[in-house]
Amino acid sequence: MEYRRREMLGAGVAGIAAAVSGCLGGRNAESDGSITGEELALATTTSTYDTGLLDEVNEAFQERFGTPVAANAQGTGKAIESARNGNADVILVHARSQEDEFMRDGYGVNRRDLMFNDFVVVGPSDDPAGVSETEQATAAFDAIASARATFTSRGDDSGTHTKERVVWNEAGLEPGGEWYQETGSGMGDTLTVASESRAYTLADRGTYLSMQDNVDLELLLQGPIEGGPALLANPYGIMAINPEIHSNVNYQLAMAYIGFVTSPDGQAVIEEFTANDQQLFYPEALAEDPDFQQYVPEGWQSNADED
Amino acid sequence: MPLESIAEPNYLRSIIRISLTVSLTAVALSTLLSLPIAFLVGFADFRGKRLVTAVINTGMGFPSVVVGLLVLLAISNNGPLGSLNLVYTPEAMIISQCILAAPVITGVALSAVESVDDTVRNAAYGIGGTRTDVALITLKEARYGVITGILAGFGRAVSEVGSVLIVGGNIAYADGTSKTRTITTAITFETRRGEFETALVLGAVLLVLVLLVNGLVLRLGGR
Repeated sequence: MEYRRREMLGAGVAGIAAAVSGCLGGRNAESDGSITGEELALATTTSTYDTGLLDEVNEAFQERFGTPVAANAQGTGKAIESARNGNADVILVHARSQEDEFMRDGYGVNRRDLMFNDFVVVGPSDDPAGVSETEQATAAFDAIASARATFTSRGDDSGTHTKERVVWNEAGLEPGGEWYQETGSGMGDTLTVASESRAYTLADRGTYLSMQDNVDLELLLQGPIEGGPALLANPYGIMAINPEIHSNVNYQLAMAYIGFVTSPDGQAVIEEFTANDQQLFYPEALAEDPDFQQYVPEGWQSNADED
Repeated sequence: MPLESIAEPNYLRSIIRISLTVSLTAVALSTLLSLPIAFLVGFADFRGKRLVTAVINTGMGFPSVVVGLLVLLAISNNGPLGSLNLVYTPEAMIISQCILAAPVITGVALSAVESVDDTVRNAAYGIGGTRTDVALITLKEARYGVITGILAGFGRAVSEVGSVLIVGGNIAYADGTSKTRTITTAITFETRRGEFETALVLGAVLLVLVLLVNGLVLRLGGR
């Protein structure tokens, strides 16, 4: 009996060891294709990753430069936090105010506009607040607040949550009370909660489209892609982490990645990416006209000392 | 470092209040449900007793996310209990924690009742005790085991995250007060946001709570 138990233990330990080495082995196997013998750490948001866009982009990058990309998908707030701690070489996020702060603090360098999609307001089909009759995001939010209709917020400092707060601000409203509920979860979870609670929410178009069949929510206010208000635009920016602050980051690879995704080739990959036969992201890195705002925090000369 | 510098005291307070309310209610309900079952099964001899015991013991290891999923399907709008509007409410979390804690309390209490030495029972019969007297003596002997069972049930309820996240939805109001955000779901949320300090404070609070409840119950148990 004693002997049997030892055998079982041994088998268990061996099994765990095999599993661990399997995981590690998988990692090594992945970087075998690397010419540089390195991999690039990319901190990004859930929307770019969950839609499958990054797989396409990173595959094309690896073909061109021979370096695999390790993408870590979190909310924008968390992605920026990782980058501040030097746990990423390059960061791809969608919350301009947080990006600007990141650059003002000196953590990020060489920001570029990369692409955009948009946000939509979704809600129950009977639309008790009358959102479908509004033209502007602020008016829609105003209608929801006046009707005290349940509104489900991400509440997680993500890019979407940041945009939602901007809209409340623009509308001059301070949401609060029983009708305003923060889930602290990702977009998918939040859409599910909104659907069950018969609530309104602000969602990025991509996640809403991908979940349309599973939730009981109607698209009530379009974003700019379908002619809606410009306030609901959802621009994505990409930045390298400042190698003077974190000496461990791979700055050259980061710049190669930024160079690739903002090149005509990289932009074409973004342009051609579809889900359910719908284009989800619109490239925005290249234009013939000057666009200085994309390299520096917005309005940085007029209020550089503003928080 | 004072707590105020790390997290809103109101936020912490309301999360802790929701967590305790939900878990204590759930454990109280499952105790009412579990102890009679444990005593009945423990005292009675019937065919299939071993099967019942096996089912109870299996229930002790039931994965909380699965319980959460099943409860959600039952109470969601198009589920059989949809009309009760329970989804994403503290009541929903009480239901799922009840289901999780009940087998634990039943199982531990049952083994406590069964492990009361036969000599005790025989001695009780020997001095002319009725069946009721013997049962009471047995219960008295088994009380620490029963209390341990209730404690284990509370530990299971207050520290599980899978089911309350699914049926509760981790919802808080804009002013930072919790609707269905518990200590455990708040920890996962704060960690994901990179607010490690707040998460650590909540983790410490959870540990202290479990220790306090343990100490309190042991004291009541007369140790």
